[in-house]
Amino acid sequence: MTLTVSYFAWVRERMGVAEEEIVLPAGAATVGDLVGWLAARDERGARAFAEPGRIRAALGGAMVGATAPLGDAREIALFPPVTGG
Amino acid sequence: MIRVEVGAAAIDVAAELAVHDGGGHGASASFIGRVRGDDGLTELFLEHHPVLTATGLDELATEAAARWKLGALTLIHRVGAMAPGDTIVLVLASSPHRGESLAACEFLIDRLKTDVMLWKRESFADGRVQWVEQREGDHARAERWD
Repeated sequence: MTLTVSYFAWVRERMGVAEEEIVLPAGAATVGDLVGWLAARDERGARAFAEPGRIRAALGGAMVGATAPLGDAREIALFPPVTGG
Repeated sequence: MIRVEVGAAAIDVAAELAVHDGGGHGASASFIGRVRGDDGLTELFLEHHPVLTATGLDELATEAAARWKLGALTLIHRVGAMAPGDTIVLVLASSPHRGESLAACEFLIDRLKTDVMLWKRESFADGRVQWVEQREGDHARAERWD
């Protein structure tokens, strides 16, 4: 299954891209699994996702936690806590 | 009348107030957030998520309109690169009486900090560039409205 992953703020800078298509590895069932897989994949992922507790996610336009199932989602956004306003 | 907007264009406060105030409301509360030039800050960059940021602003405005009796509500957020003194955010809330307009205005300012997909990056004259960290106090203020 392919998933479009978009990154924001310092997560985007550390990943070096704003968006990418990935083929989800077998066994990656939750948002936390995906973040863990990205952290283990390469050096930039290791830097961007060194502290998974600081990562927030939005699945199909809704904020979700690390234990949320990816289900049949086609796109996910990963980013730091917001600082707006 | 609810007006919500997010974009890179400069915010024309006087023009927005004129549009907002067309109905001649009894009480209008306003909040103008500007870029502070502290510590030699030269640029504030606001990153947003095209869909989630707009959705978050819409939901906040809708919630405010449901909580208080508002004759008009304007919520405009700027994104992209800004200089010290630039207006980042404009909140205008009008109602027949001051209590509701003031409360709605404060609610929107507080919840903007935690509920809307926006990230701030600061650049300084000495070359430093840093992403602003979320502050615990912002959450405490936002949670007062739960």
